[in-house]
Amino acid sequence: MSIANTLNLYWKYIGISIRAQMQYKVSFIMAAIGHFLITAVEFLAIWAMFDRFGSIDAWTLAEVALFYGMVHIAFSISEGAARGFDLFPSMVKSGDFDRFLLRPRSTAFQVASMEFQLLRIGRLLQAVIILGWAVTTLDISWTLPRVLLTIGAIGGGACIFSGFFVIQATLAFWTVESLEIMNTITYGGVEAASYPLAIYRDWFRRFFTFVVPLACVNYFPALAILGKPDPMGLPTVLGWLSPLLGVAFLWVTLQIWKVGVRHYTSTGS
Amino acid sequence: MKAYLAILSSRFRMLLQYRAAAVAGTITQIFWGWIRVMIFEAFYRSSDVVQPMSFEDVVTYVWLGQALLAMIPWNTDPEIRSMVRTRTVAYELLKPVDLYNLWYSRTIATRTAPTMLRSVPIFILGLAYFGMESPESTASAVAFGLAVIGAVMLSVALSTLLNISLMWTLSGQGITRITAAAVILFSGLTIPIPLFPDWAQTILRLLPFAGIADTPFRLYVGHIPPHEVIWVLAHQLIWTIILVVWGRLLLNRGLRVMVVQGG
Repeated sequence: MSIANTLNLYWKYIGISIRAQMQYKVSFIMAAIGHFLITAVEFLAIWAMFDRFGSIDAWTLAEVALFYGMVHIAFSISEGAARGFDLFPSMVKSGDFDRFLLRPRSTAFQVASMEFQLLRIGRLLQAVIILGWAVTTLDISWTLPRVLLTIGAIGGGACIFSGFFVIQATLAFWTVESLEIMNTITYGGVEAASYPLAIYRDWFRRFFTFVVPLACVNYFPALAILGKPDPMGLPTVLGWLSPLLGVAFLWVTLQIWKVGVRHYTSTGS
Repeated sequence: MKAYLAILSSRFRMLLQYRAAAVAGTITQIFWGWIRVMIFEAFYRSSDVVQPMSFEDVVTYVWLGQALLAMIPWNTDPEIRSMVRTRTVAYELLKPVDLYNLWYSRTIATRTAPTMLRSVPIFILGLAYFGMESPESTASAVAFGLAVIGAVMLSVALSTLLNISLMWTLSGQGITRITAAAVILFSGLTIPIPLFPDWAQTILRLLPFAGIADTPFRLYVGHIPPHEVIWVLAHQLIWTIILVVWGRLLLNRGLRVMVVQGG
């Protein structure tokens, strides 16, 4: 059960899932275009606001585009890759999860590789375009550490969002009701992190820094990339640690998941 | 008429049972409302220019949007979707009622029952704690009430059209998402229409989407004076008629080309 073997298996699963989705090509293309548009209107709205107001607390549209692009790329990756956890509550309800317990691979791995939602490419594409625009418009000297930090922050963000999906799925071990409240934090977090955290009120900033460390993988790294100090006075070093925090968050959620699996009793149906 | 009212009311009562979903929806919408209000707050403190809409009005507008979110035509009816996919829609044709009216009536319930469950707590909490203001005047309140009825008729006509489009697309994911994107941006739900660039306003006011959220909300805050409600209603009515006629034509064509397998 080497890592190479596991990865190989993961790609096989993903390949099957993608081939299945490509059976309905027109439907897939329409869905992806729809997904592109529905996420693109979010940025259109931001643009319209800047057209009217000029700036938001001295932040420019290009700077906001950097925040927006980074968080949306991170989210679309986890949306595509950790979608299995999103479907998980229905597996508990139907009892299908029992089969996973019999197979010689970790349950988290099997759930994660259950489905790869290719249509999320719509969000990914628009986020990449916007990040590309931000990067070329902003006057940033692109040193190697900055490039790595951008990639790391996006990876860290994808880990945090995947962690949200894992928590949401874990809750299904205790309550068979689907928990929409987690969606609030996930989608609300994406919306909130599209703007620099400094614009929000104190309680909200603290929530997304200390309770849900979303700011650590988006706001602080972006500050470090822009070479700006935090208006709230937190050290910029935080930005450079962020990718690790994302991985740590995902690790913690996976430990909670394991507790959940031990607690699991089949519905028996 | 009696049959359609019966369908509407039975569907309505059934949908009122989803109280847990309504609680979750309410919490979600309050959280979103907060985020939106804070973003607008930041924009308003960044500019000294007098804006076409005051910050207080925008806050109320945002909370109205959250309270009435379930009224927006953003999805298709899951039951109609499965009926069309499995072709059990044939059973619908056996009923001695007009199919368009049948679907229109059930969609009225789909759009109003969840809205009623969610809007009451959001109105109460919004007015008490979140900076939402009561209507500008009694006349504004009455005008708002009338425009909301117009908005429901319009929203239901658009939703029914989306449901009918399922006969071609089956999954409906693409067309629904594209329509939803247009509705969310052009109805004023994301940002109030008066805050859009000036050149875009004329087009946005003519499109049907403004009648779903923007014009009723602006009547509420007094941004549109109450006596102009007649124009708001006319705009909603014209678009409702267009969408109903379009929906009927589409439905007739759909039924002609639809193949129902036996067995």
